[in-house]
Amino acid sequence: MAYLEIKNFYKSFGQTKVLKGIDLSLEKGEVVSIIGSSGSGKTTLLRCINFLETPNEGTMTLDGELLFDGSVKKAEKEKFLREKRLNFGLVFQSFHLFPQYTVLKNITLAPTLLLKKKVKDYKKQLKNKAKLDNSLTKKQIAEMVSIFKKENLEEIKSDSLALIKKIGLEEKINSFPCELSGGQCQRVAIARALALKPKILCFDEPTSALDPELTGEVLKVIRSLKDEDRTMIIVTHEMGFAKNVSDKIVFMADGVVEECGDPQTVLTNPKSKKLIHFLSSVTNKDGE
Amino acid sequence: MDFTTITLKLLEGFLTTCEIFALTLVSALPLGLLIAFGSMSKFKPLKILVRGIVWIIRGTPLMLQIIVIYYVPGLVFHIGLLPRLIAVLVAFTINYACYFSEIYRAGIESISSGQYEAGKVLGMTKSQVFFKVVFVQVIKRIIPPMSNEIITLVKDTSLARVILVAEILKNAEDFVAWGLVYPLFYTGVFYLLFVGLLTIIFGKLEKRFAFVTEGSSAIKVRRKLSLKTKISTFIGSIMIVSAVAIAVIIGLICICL
Repeated sequence: MAYLEIKNFYKSFGQTKVLKGIDLSLEKGEVVSIIGSSGSGKTTLLRCINFLETPNEGTMTLDGELLFDGSVKKAEKEKFLREKRLNFGLVFQSFHLFPQYTVLKNITLAPTLLLKKKVKDYKKQLKNKAKLDNSLTKKQIAEMVSIFKKENLEEIKSDSLALIKKIGLEEKINSFPCELSGGQCQRVAIARALALKPKILCFDEPTSALDPELTGEVLKVIRSLKDEDRTMIIVTHEMGFAKNVSDKIVFMADGVVEECGDPQTVLTNPKSKKLIHFLSSVTNKDGE
Repeated sequence: MDFTTITLKLLEGFLTTCEIFALTLVSALPLGLLIAFGSMSKFKPLKILVRGIVWIIRGTPLMLQIIVIYYVPGLVFHIGLLPRLIAVLVAFTINYACYFSEIYRAGIESISSGQYEAGKVLGMTKSQVFFKVVFVQVIKRIIPPMSNEIITLVKDTSLARVILVAEILKNAEDFVAWGLVYPLFYTGVFYLLFVGLLTIIFGKLEKRFAFVTEGSSAIKVRRKLSLKTKISTFIGSIMIVSAVAIAVIIGLICICL
């Protein structure tokens, strides 16, 4: 069984059917690019994977664990949904950085908020232990909790600094998003998603909102992630990049996976008419 | 009646004015947020109820509301009258909370759904998304309309005299009854000073929140904002200076007379 397995995803918004039975599988460390014209359901698929939309039908398993089952009609509790979401990271087309925070705070915010819960659980655990064998006094517990918190906070900080170094924005660490270029914003967004250590990182057209000369720096960061064997799903219009970076290319049209396979075969030897048409329109545009 | 006695008497009234202003503000700001949540609720009956209340409160004069809250409990339910100041505070709080709620709602609804989604995919709870991500952006956007409303509140406090609460204008009118008119105009100085001070505070606040919200073009807006802040600080200082000047002139006139 593959690492991530999506079977038979259906999604409709009112009368409009957007996904009509999508199957997708992905091995650990693999990079999958999803291509296709707009309106083909790429973004919806990505949003379904990230639990931003609920598919009407289908199942999704990650690492052997059933994450979503469309046959269960009851809405999932917010708490479990949140935990499941954390398996995935999502980088948006238009960044959606938090404008009131600096670059560093944008990256550390989510891990710091999660830490609160972790600290609470740790305290509870210590208290239960103290109840059982009376080994810890209240003061000791408080001390251990504060040490635990401090260590974790330091870890978050050093992790974030390492991420900022990786995306090459050390000198912008205290800048606000409005002071950054689009490419820099998107790199921060990638670091922000990585800070939660997701198992799979998803990109929703990460370069579509950028000026052509800025796409390079973002693509470079994504490529460096590929070199670390991260598992990624990339929705993109950058054909050259998709060909270079991905292990597998999925071509979607009208809510179904039209063609799927390794980049060489799919892009240089397309079989379906729709893909041939799509590729020719993309190359024509480039030729202008 | 010399100038000092009059000033002291007006100052006493002005203290009541400040009291009404401050207490109304402190209670109406959070209540307004609650009402805003109610009017955006997905639960239809609550939404309709809250919007109905907002309609009634915004659709009737504040003066009428003060009278209703002061007299109706005694006249209809025979439970005696509320203390005057409490009745005024209740009426003001409800009235202003309704106006504030609409400002909050506009602010909250102007935040792009992307911000909520970004928070969601980062594993934040709904309340974390609201308070850590959205709320500060809302505050930034609502400072200008809020300052407008709050400045109106300063002057609306004068409506309290309808049930004989001794705020500044009531005290001034008492002098008029004695045949002394200028204290009535003198009150303007107090209002001007107060509003001037508020203008400066709001200018500072706007500067404090001068980050750019999503979607607006970057550094240009920042410059514009700080220029705006400068202008409002400038106007505020002019107002204070002129108010002080007027006070001095009136004082001189009084001494001469």
